[in-house]
This record gives sequence, structure tokens and C-alpha cells, in this order.
Amino acid sequence: MTQTTGTPARPLRVAVIGAGPTGFYATDHLLRNPQVVVEVDMFDRLPTPYGLVRLGVAPDHQKIKFVTTTFDKVAANPRFRFYGGVEFDKDVTLADLRAHYHQIVYCTGAQTDRRMGIPGEDLSGSHPATEFVAWYNGHPDYQHCAFDLTQERVAVVGVGNVAVDVVRILCRTPEELATTDIADYALEALRKSRVKEVYLLGRRGPAQAAFTNPEVRELGELADADVVALPEEVELDPLSRAAVERSQDRATLKKVEILKEYARRQPTGKSRRLVLRFLVSPVELIGDDAGRVTAMRLVRNELYATATGALQPRATDRFEELTVGLVFRSVGYRGVPLPGVPFNESWGVILNDKGRVLDPDTRQPVVGEYTAGWIKRGPTGVIGTNKPDAAETVECMFEDLARGAVLEPAQPAAAAAEALVRQRQPNYVSYADWLKLNAIEVARGRTEGRPRVKLTRVEEMLAALGR
Amino acid sequence: MNIANILARKGSMAVTVRPEQSIREALALLDHHNIGALIAVEGGLPVGILSERDIVREAAHNEGFLMRTVGDLMTRDVITGQPHDDLPSVAHTMTERRIRHLPVVDKGQLVGIVSIGDIVKAQRDHYQGEVDTLQTQLLADEGGQAR
Repeated sequence: MTQTTGTPARPLRVAVIGAGPTGFYATDHLLRNPQVVVEVDMFDRLPTPYGLVRLGVAPDHQKIKFVTTTFDKVAANPRFRFYGGVEFDKDVTLADLRAHYHQIVYCTGAQTDRRMGIPGEDLSGSHPATEFVAWYNGHPDYQHCAFDLTQERVAVVGVGNVAVDVVRILCRTPEELATTDIADYALEALRKSRVKEVYLLGRRGPAQAAFTNPEVRELGELADADVVALPEEVELDPLSRAAVERSQDRATLKKVEILKEYARRQPTGKSRRLVLRFLVSPVELIGDDAGRVTAMRLVRNELYATATGALQPRATDRFEELTVGLVFRSVGYRGVPLPGVPFNESWGVILNDKGRVLDPDTRQPVVGEYTAGWIKRGPTGVIGTNKPDAAETVECMFEDLARGAVLEPAQPAAAAAEALVRQRQPNYVSYADWLKLNAIEVARGRTEGRPRVKLTRVEEMLAALGR
Repeated sequence: MNIANILARKGSMAVTVRPEQSIREALALLDHHNIGALIAVEGGLPVGILSERDIVREAAHNEGFLMRTVGDLMTRDVITGQPHDDLPSVAHTMTERRIRHLPVVDKGQLVGIVSIGDIVKAQRDHYQGEVDTLQTQLLADEGGQAR
């Protein structure tokens, strides 16, 4: 029976879980195969597609969001369907999917923040940076989050893209933000912000900071925030200098140059200050009687070389205290296990080999289940990194199809899957529905000179679709 | 990117032997797992690495090489990595010191092995992704001009 799967009479039916970039890249690779007829149904717990491109990428980085036009092209394929607002395990279970699809691909990303693991981390006023990001980007689940923007001093722990996004958004003027697609409620809240000083805290030196040069440059060009760096912290230590010279890494040299220029800058009287700190780690958040964070205790670090020559931070005995009323941590992300799907706890990914989900006991592939993207390899790389990653998984899927190692669903017809979804989640959003919502958002934005004004509540989206 | 990112995708499994095992047993393991090196462990910690090359070197002049032990032929001066070691540094050290396999130790425990091939692949995928993202952004610029 299975050898006929993948023909016009009996297409290979695939369920993609997660509508982020990886889900689209996987779909693209699946639908491009000239030898196999594939039908893809993509599920997302949110009504809207694009995952972190819509809800993670900063609103003042619209150019990065342009990648969605390539996703729309993928979605235009008649053999693709989108089931938005349909949650895995809640609306459709693994058993449901096994009954309707030959293959299932999990592309659910890395949904939680890593914790700092220090005392006081849970004081009020201390938040994961991703919650703030989801909030200002209009994620339906995070619009009710409250951040105390009456505080004048804020610390952002970490120097990755997310940390840099957060400090930039905190330092932008309402006028700068008003030309973006930031959520309306966030724009209003930030308009009233009393934040005066924002600290970006890196545990290693400037040469090891993950942020890119364009990102650092942007921090020096903010309309109403002076950027500050400490000369002694941006000067390279001998180990870093040797590593940079050895690797001939011009980008890192340039980065250090930019930061040194910041250290030489004189304040120009802008109303906010963005302070870039290096070689410091928070060791404790200090709170008041009401359980509110009031300060952060930092330890100064020094770098040492491990056996492989990697430079790692080591705490010294020098401490300092930073008065802050608001703290965002951005020290890494972690995948969340999916119910019934084998998970590798040490690395926070689905247990897999090249994208084939593995049985934890036998270490053999679980027939019909695959994974791609951050939940497969961990949260690394840029959006495009997920393309070769998804391609690798899809290659395994076609290899397994050729060997006949696919599920044998009792109801492989597209109509049967649709009937199931309709019964479980009558208010699901199709891609045609999404394109309507998109047109509404863009039209609302046009009158205000913005790329779009987002619909941020699910009820609002459904109402806009006449439901 | 760091070593942890590679272990996340290739898994934490490292095939180990004990120094007193024979080369015959070692070859069977290399063949069975289709790999190029074994980690010799004592008390859970790496004490040596036995690679294909170590065996070839012995086999070239000793027909009785199958009867030697892992401990006889293994390289004892093992450099180990840590999950947080970044890939450019690791790649540099492995290239300079001609190391093909790096056992990874975390909190006193062997947690995996990475090969130079794993690192090259990870870096290739990383750059490929960056190129793709930059291309998309360039297209965005062109699209902007067209309007």
C-alpha cells in the first residue's frame, strides 16, 4: 500500500506543527519535490502565521520581516492548508494526527527563557525579556503583561539580539516607534515611559558579545538616547586581543572599534542614557519589603582560556551594586517538550537524529515523526539558518517514504482532516482568512504612516473575519 | 555557536572503551557505530582517544596489532571541550593541533564527542543561513525601490 503514497491519487499527507520560518521552509522543501505529490497542513496555536517573524523580530526592523513574502509564496500552493488557532494536544492530539497524516514535523521553536539562577530572580519587576518582546509585538497571550515603566533605571541582562532589541525599544522615542508596527497598547505605555537609564549587561568582553555590528551601530544612532561605554571595559584583554588577531576576524575588530568610539563620546544632553557594560554578571536581585526589585548586585568577571582556547568568564572578588527598578533577563532560550514527543532534557530539544524523532529507549527513529528548527537543534543562528536545517529533515522524510517507513493513517483524505479540525476548532483561521486580516492590518497602518497596525486579540481577529 | 549547540543536534552519545580492551574489540565498535574514534574512559572520565589513525599506524608495522590493547595505542594527551566553548576557538585549536575528535566534559562527566566534521558542518549551515537572510533583506531593499 505504502509504495503508492506520494502519487496524485494518494498524496503524501504531512502535518507541520508550528507556522514559524522553519515550518514554512520545511513546507517549501516538501512541496518542491518533483517526484512526490505532497499535501501539507500547517497547524499553529495562534491564528496568525510567521511565528517569531511577526512576534519576535523587533518592530523597528521591518526589513527582516520582508521574508514573509517568501512564506506567502509557499502558502499560495494549492496543496497547502493553514489551520491557525488550532493547538497541538489540545485541539488535535498526536493520535488524531497519526490517524490523518503519513508524516508529522514539529517546528515549535524554543518557547521559554533560560533562568539566571540567582536569588531574587522572581522579585516583582524582574521579567524574561521575551515576555516584553511578545508584549510589544502584540502576541495575543502577552498583551495583559504589565511592565513598570515608571521606573527610571532598567537593566537588561545579556547581549544577544533579543537583549539589544529590548534596550533599543526602551530607548526609542514615541515618534521613532510610531512609524513601526509595534502594538498600539505598547506604544501608549512606552509614550508614558519614565525610563532614563538603561543598562545592557554582558558577562564576557566586547569581542565575545553576540550582537552584530549593524545592531551596535544602531545603538549609537538613537534619536534621544546617548550611548555610553566604559573605556576600561571595551579595551581588549590580552587573551581576547590574541584571539581576534589570530582569527583575522575583521567584524569583531570593527565591533570593538565602534564600542571604543562610544567610550570616547561626550554626553550630548539627550534625555536617555544607554550604558553598555561588559565583564559583569548579576549575582543577586535585591528587593524592598513589598517584594519589588530595587537593585542588582553585580560581580566583575575576568576571562580565562579553556583547553580548547575558548574564552570564558570567571568571577572575581569585586562586586558593585546597580540601582534598578526593572530587570529583563535574556540569557538564552529553551525548547518546551511537546506532550508525547521524546525530549532531550539536557539540551532542551526534541530527541532526534538529523530531524528524525528518536525513541528514547531504543534510539531508533519513531516512524512518521520529525522535527526541524530551534526545537531540533536549539536556539542558534538567524532566520535563514532554519532553511538548511529544514532541508535536512525533509530529505530524511523522503528517504523514509522511499523505504515505505511512513504512518498508515486510517483517514488520509484532506477533507477528513479538515472535518476533524472544523469539529474541534470551528473558529480556525485559514490562510485566506489570514490574508484578509493582513489586508486589514496594512490598511489600518496606511492611514497612520505605519507598516501595519496589528490586531492583537484573538476575538478581535475573529470579529474582523465576521465571526 | 558553541559545542552545546552541536551536541543538541547530534546527541550526547559518545562510544567509549576501557584501556584494557583489545584493538580487535575496538575495531568492532568503530565498525558497528560507523565512527572514526573511541573515547577511552576510566571512572567516567576520558583518559585517552583511540582513532583509526592510531590503529593504522600500529597495523603498518605489526601484524599482531589486533592483540594490542586500547591503552597501548591510544593518544593519552586528551584535550577536552566544554559545552560553552565557542566554535571558532574550538575549530582553531582542533586545526592547529590536528585533533579530529574532541570529547566534551561537563561537571566532571563525559557528555559527548564532536568531530572536526561536525564543526565544519555547523559553521557551513550557519554561514549559509546568514547569506540567505542577507539576500532576503537585499530583496526587501529592491522591493522598496520598485514601489
